[in-house]
Amino acid sequence: MNRTALLRWVGVHALGVAAALFFLLPFVFVLLTSLMSDQQALTRDLTPDTWEFGNYAKVFDTPGFLTWWKNSLLYAGLGTLLTVLSSIPVAYALARFRFRGRRLSLMLVVSMMMLPPQVVIIPMYLFWVKQLDLGGTLWPLIIPMAFGDAFSIFLLRQFLLTIPDEYLDAARVDGCGELRTLLKVVLPMAKPGIAAVALFQFFYCWNDYFGPQIYASENPAAWTLSYGLESFKGAHHTDWNLTMAATVLVMAPVIVLFFFAQKAFVEGVTLTGVKG
Amino acid sequence: MTAYTLRAKRRRSALRTAAFLSPWLIGFAVFFAYPLVSTVYFSFMKYDGFGAPTWNSTANWRYVLGSYTMFWPALRNTLWLVLVMVTCRVAFGLGVGLLITKIRTGAGVFRTLFYLPYLAPPVAATLAFVFLLNPGTGPVNSALEGMGLTAPGWFTEPGWSKPALTMLAVWGVGDLMVIFMAALLDVPKEQYEAAELDGANSWQRFRFVTLPNISPIVLFAVVTGVIQTMQYYTQPIVASKVASGIIGGSGQQFEPGYPEKSTLTLPQVVYNLGFQRFDYGSACVVALVLFALAMACTALLMRRSGGLVGAGER
Repeated sequence: MNRTALLRWVGVHALGVAAALFFLLPFVFVLLTSLMSDQQALTRDLTPDTWEFGNYAKVFDTPGFLTWWKNSLLYAGLGTLLTVLSSIPVAYALARFRFRGRRLSLMLVVSMMMLPPQVVIIPMYLFWVKQLDLGGTLWPLIIPMAFGDAFSIFLLRQFLLTIPDEYLDAARVDGCGELRTLLKVVLPMAKPGIAAVALFQFFYCWNDYFGPQIYASENPAAWTLSYGLESFKGAHHTDWNLTMAATVLVMAPVIVLFFFAQKAFVEGVTLTGVKG
Repeated sequence: MTAYTLRAKRRRSALRTAAFLSPWLIGFAVFFAYPLVSTVYFSFMKYDGFGAPTWNSTANWRYVLGSYTMFWPALRNTLWLVLVMVTCRVAFGLGVGLLITKIRTGAGVFRTLFYLPYLAPPVAATLAFVFLLNPGTGPVNSALEGMGLTAPGWFTEPGWSKPALTMLAVWGVGDLMVIFMAALLDVPKEQYEAAELDGANSWQRFRFVTLPNISPIVLFAVVTGVIQTMQYYTQPIVASKVASGIIGGSGQQFEPGYPEKSTLTLPQVVYNLGFQRFDYGSACVVALVLFALAMACTALLMRRSGGLVGAGER
């Protein structure tokens, strides 16, 4: 390595470390504060004098916390399953079939994808709560996922387009119908795409705040973690330590899941942008 | 093949298409088309959820655009966020994306660290930032005051609440980083070599080789950023609730936009009108404004990036 190259290496990596600190320090401070005693959490100290791992036990003891966990898992798990099942055939049709109105359908999918949920919330609320009496539950959020999700359809379609036609033609020559082709040939090849869509949808549900706020706010037994979390600061007033412990517990599952499925996830993010 | 069998075949293929599309066709009708039409209808109605909706002519429209005090501040905030927050996110995302393509040692670790904040659930991330930036005991203000600077009140000060939200948004820039990184790695190597032979310095290489190559992705990032800003809801409402100290499960008494409407966005206005004031008609007016803005951006995205829909079309 010559002198300039060495200097450049140092410069680039110094910048990298600085950026890493910016991205990492908030996590570190949150974690450290979550382990402070009640008294110390009221001070400006950065590191705990005594490490109060009991704070996490206190969070779990908070009435409702375990129920919110269960609700988040139900919403995210069932929501993801329904979304994937209902979006696959739609994405397949949009990627492979030739039919009139295909371009229009695609444009509508993209429009729905970009639509803020608040645009249609009043009629939807009246429909689910006034007509079907499902207020105070998460069903108004879960049921629609059985009818395809625009973003998932779009992403899956982009992925299915990358599967070479030859495989499908071969299946057809072997006498497979479209459904058999989809199940036996396309799905196994589309696993990374399906994994990405499932992850995105899981995170969407896990993170959703607006939905539970609209439909479940009146009934704490139906709250999710993302919705219940903000009430921590209210219930514990200035106890930043417990609030931060709860924050860590909401972040943790998502980050653990990410480490298990990093490749699929990053591939999915890339797919949304680069194909555009 | 006879005309009869041809027609039968066409019909079969149309049925097959409809069958595959059916989940979405139902979803489109029930969760998009119907509520959209219904929103237009309610925007001309007086309705509080009890009794029957009554014709209200253009009163809701005049109220929202006239005497209602939250609509215009929300629109102004949205413009601020589009100009500052979106710009910062794209610039920073591009910068970090460039940086990561230059890093030789430990690139994987750096990439993961840079990406991680994007995954933090919005409510949790917002809560973390309200803590980090709280004027009393927050580490950021401790550091600023330690350096002898006057520290702002961040989420509690009208002039600083949007910059605080911008910092939160910039922290979660991992999605853009990944997209830019992929685009940067796609730039043909020969072009750099040619530029180098011509004696271009590193800025010129960036300006005349990198930028033209990645400009479609920059445009994509800007337009999707604008669309996300239209939907910006969770972070500002959680930040204002937590920072103001008014939190209740149902939170009906809470006035969005704390401090002094500085964090109001259009989706919060829909929430305020519909679910705090039970004025469904006026809420639908704001919803339609939001719809028009979001669709205008989407149209721009489809036309300019040419591709979102056409991508991979053969």
